[in-house]
Formats: sequence, structure tokens, C-alpha cells
Amino acid sequence: MSRRDDPDYASRKAAFAAAGARSDHLLLADMVTPGARVLDVGCGDGSLLALLRDLRGADGRGVELDRENVNKCLAKGLAVIQGDADADLADYPDDAFDYVILSQTIQATSRPKDVLEHMLRIGSKVMVSFQNFGHWRVRLDLVLRGRMPVTENLPYSWYDTPNIHHCTIRDFVSLCDELGARMERAVALDSWDRPVRVSLPWWAWNLLGQQAVFLLHRS
Amino acid sequence: MVDLAKLADEARAQADEPASLVMRFSADEQLAMDCGASLAPWQIAYQTYGELDADRRNAILICHALTGDQHVANPSPVTGKSGWWEFFVGPGKPIDTDRFFVICANVLGGCMGTTGPASTNPETGRPYGVDFPLVTIRDMVRAQAMLLDRLGVSDLLCVIGGSMGGMQVLQWAALYPERVFAAMPIAAAARHSAQNIAFHEVGRQAIMADPDWAGGRYLEQGSRPRKGLAVARMGAHVTYLSESTLHRKFGRKLQSREAPTFSFDADFQIESYLRHQGITFVERFDANSYLYLTRAMDYFDLAEEHGGILARAFRRTRTRYCVMSFTSDWLFPTPDSRAVVHALNAAGGAVSFVEIESDKGHDAFLLDEPDMFSAARGFIDAAARMRGVT
Repeated sequence: MSRRDDPDYASRKAAFAAAGARSDHLLLADMVTPGARVLDVGCGDGSLLALLRDLRGADGRGVELDRENVNKCLAKGLAVIQGDADADLADYPDDAFDYVILSQTIQATSRPKDVLEHMLRIGSKVMVSFQNFGHWRVRLDLVLRGRMPVTENLPYSWYDTPNIHHCTIRDFVSLCDELGARMERAVALDSWDRPVRVSLPWWAWNLLGQQAVFLLHRS
Repeated sequence: MVDLAKLADEARAQADEPASLVMRFSADEQLAMDCGASLAPWQIAYQTYGELDADRRNAILICHALTGDQHVANPSPVTGKSGWWEFFVGPGKPIDTDRFFVICANVLGGCMGTTGPASTNPETGRPYGVDFPLVTIRDMVRAQAMLLDRLGVSDLLCVIGGSMGGMQVLQWAALYPERVFAAMPIAAAARHSAQNIAFHEVGRQAIMADPDWAGGRYLEQGSRPRKGLAVARMGAHVTYLSESTLHRKFGRKLQSREAPTFSFDADFQIESYLRHQGITFVERFDANSYLYLTRAMDYFDLAEEHGGILARAFRRTRTRYCVMSFTSDWLFPTPDSRAVVHALNAAGGAVSFVEIESDKGHDAFLLDEPDMFSAARGFIDAAARMRGVT
């Protein structure tokens, strides 16, 4: 699909990758159709939105809690609202966006289920990426050291972490089932940012996937 | 020491012959006003900074607040004080006059050279006074649009303003969407709240209760409702601050004395400060203008002209917005700005919103607020880039 709509997508994507674009962002960019309307919830400094705009011609909007990050987004020419995913998504009309993205943010929301429900209402499709708390390294930390895991991707101590709702790939899949969300695509990346083989069962994904990306829609 | 009489004379002179640029519209170039009146002839006083570039894409319009004027970035010809937004506008500043052509006009109904109640009514040869037709925010914007037509500025890179200026920004985007590329309403609202109307009404009643107001004909009598206008200003000034600012600046400190005097003198520093604010204001500002402009703000309700639904005011908008509020502003609190943001979202507009942390209350938008400046600079520079302004 991407190839048909955008013939030199692969070469342009390679250029963005060479310029330092994050691998999980590029994976999300693969899933977005050209010219789509996108809402990025918890958009940080706007690097994903800027990538989607520049690589995919997306018409993007963002929500971000931190004012300094909002200022960085403004300087990138992005339309970003200083606000809170938990409080502000209720104000968005139904079907306002082609994609609503929650990139590495679900664990920081206070009511992940409500946030996901709103996203499924606001967007035709929903993309969620998160650090998998079921990854073997996390499990090892807890089992062997008896301590809450602190890794490169989860660098906070338990007492100062903004991440209050970690989940595993299995947890997330069962939440999707509960919400009646259809899974259109799922990708897990291992510690070296390589996709985990699709043929493997869920338990293996849950063990080997360091981060996961899901593309969902309402059933 | 300020020579108050001289100040008053200079302020009075500004109404008809301002010390700034003036665009004059003849008897057949009427300004059609919301109240049904047609104003002609009329004039609009303005200042410009920087140069309009060859393809006319770098114009920025600044809309001033209730008691502001066109002297954004140059000393006031009346008080000699530096321009009211000099922190923000100038060479190398967020609104960079080395890159942008900046225009600011005195609002319709003002007293600094744009036609208003202190101007001479050509039909009678006397000041309009309360014969001047009631002004709305939309009338102010129409007047500015006619000025821009004359200046050959068909569309604006950005319209920016705080408070009543922010109301004008929203009105600009709603009334002339195709002329506004980007808009930055600061510490503003899409409608004036009941609380704010209440404060304005107290101020107006103070002015009109002063015998020297003389039914609005004080200029003809050579008097001024000094006491009434000073009280109005004192009351309003409190609404521009915040409890924490008042506490920090004044607390319960006494004014040049060791103990209370057991009288109604200005024992406390805050009293002395407010009295000073009142006294200096009455010499530079026309009391009738104060009545008209507060009324214009009271009448402002952008949703009203769109069936009560604010989102409709911005239907199919292509303007980029940056809405800003301040945490300690209780006159135009953050929820007022958020209501604008929600409406723009519902209309599919490209809207950004920033809430600046400040304890300085509503006045923060006029002060040196680095966080506001960096947000504004990022937004304006990005807009300029998108429009190909170098």
C-alpha cells in the first residue's frame, strides 16, 4: 500500500533513518497512510509528529503535558495542545482523526483503559507502542535481584517514575479483547530493534519483545 | 515629579492630532458599525515598525488591550514611558522588527488618535462625548481591516494580542479567515464572563457618579471626572494582579510611616500604589473612551453570532492558532482559553495551546515572561518558515 501511494517511500525513509529517526517511530510511519490526519497523544518534543508530517505528509496534532516540550513542538511548526491525555481526550469529537497514536505513553496515564476507549472513538485507527514489561530482562531483574527493574529503556526508580501503569504484551492484548478492539497488526521488537518472528506464539513475543507496536480499530 | 496638567493637555491633543501615523477616511468611506451607525469621516492612528517585504507576506498586526495604544515599541508621546510591549517587539525580539512589518493601530473608540468619544464630531465641531455610537470588538477589527487595505496589506502572517487584544485576534480569525495565516490570542476569551462584566460595570458607575462627568459632556465644560475614573482604574487594576503578587510586592507594609495613623490616609503601601495608579491614569486616558471600550468587551461573545456554537465561528478555518494563558490569571482564566481550544479542535483547526506558569496574574502578558517569549518565538518563526518569509 505504501509503495503504491508513495513510490520513493523506502528511499526517503532510509534517509530519515540515517538522520537519526527512532526505529519505533519509523515503524509507526510505515503503518500510516500518506496525508492522514493524526493525533499523537503524549507527543513529547514532537519528533514523531514531525516525522509523520515530513515523511508521510500527515496532518498532525498533538497533546503534551510538559510545557517545555510544547514549546519545542511550536518551534517545529506543529499544532500541539498543552494538556493531559486522561482529562482532555473526552473533548474531541468522534472520528476526528484517521489515526490516534499513543507512543510510549500508555504507562504514564492514570486511566489507560479510558484513554484507549476515547482513542478508539476519536480515531478510525489507533496505534499504541509501549515497553513490554514481560520482556525477559525485566523478568530477570525482578526474579534474580528482587528489585523493580531499571533498564536503559525503563530508567526510573520505582519512587520517581512517571510510569505508573506498566503492562506486558499479554496484558495489553487482553485489554484490547475487553474493549472489543480489533487487532489489525502487531509488531514486537527485540533488544536489537529487530522484529520478533510473526510465527512465534504470544508467550514467546511476550518474552522476547522489548517493545511492542499495535495497530487497532473498533470492532 | 510628573506634571499632571501638562500630561492631560498632551493626552487631550492626541485625540484629533496624534503623534503617530494617521489614516483618514473621507465622508464617503463610511465605517459600518454593529449598532447600525455609519461613521464618516473617521480616522485611525497607527504605528509601524520594520519593512513590508516585496511579496507582502511578512506583516504582523498587534491588537492592543483596553488601556493600551498604538505605541507598542516606541516611547509614549504622552507619558514618555517606553512602549508597552518593548520586551516582545523590536529588533531581535520574538516579534522581530528586523524581519517582520509590524502594525499596531489605536482601537476604534480609543483616545489616542483613532476616532472615538474624545474626537471632534465634524457635525457639531465639539467632542462626540456620549453621542459617539457604541463600539464592538468587530467594529474595531473592521476599522483595522480598512487600514490594512489602504496600506496594501491584503493578508497577515500573524495577528497577536492580549486581553481585549486577544478578543480582536479571535474576531479577526472568524471575520477574515482568508486574511489571517496565524493567530495568537493571549490571556483572552471568546466571550466576556459575567464576573468581568460586573467589574466593568462597577468602574463605569464610578465614572458616571462623578459630578464632573457631566452627563458625558465634561470636555466641553473643561472638566474631567478624575475621581470617578481613578476609582474605576484602581478597581480594575486589582483584577489585573494576583493575590500572590500583591502579597509579595506589598504585603501589609506601611507607606513611609512606622504605625497606622488611625485615619483614612493611605497607611498601607498597596493603598498608596493604587492611588498612584488611579491619578496617573486619569490624565492620560479619556473617561468616555473607558466607558466605550469596557462596553465593547462586555458585548463580545463570538459564539453568539454563530448560533451559540463557538466551533462554527471557526468553520473550515485554515489559520494556525497558538492560544496562551497564565496560571494565576483569574480575569481571563485558563478554562476560557481552553474553551477556545476545544472549539478550534472541533472545527479541525491547527491549534496549539500553552499555559504559562506565572504568579503575576492577568498583567503577566505585558511583562517580561521568558516562557511566553520562547513559545511565541517558536510559533511565529515556524509560521514565517511555512510562508516562506526569510
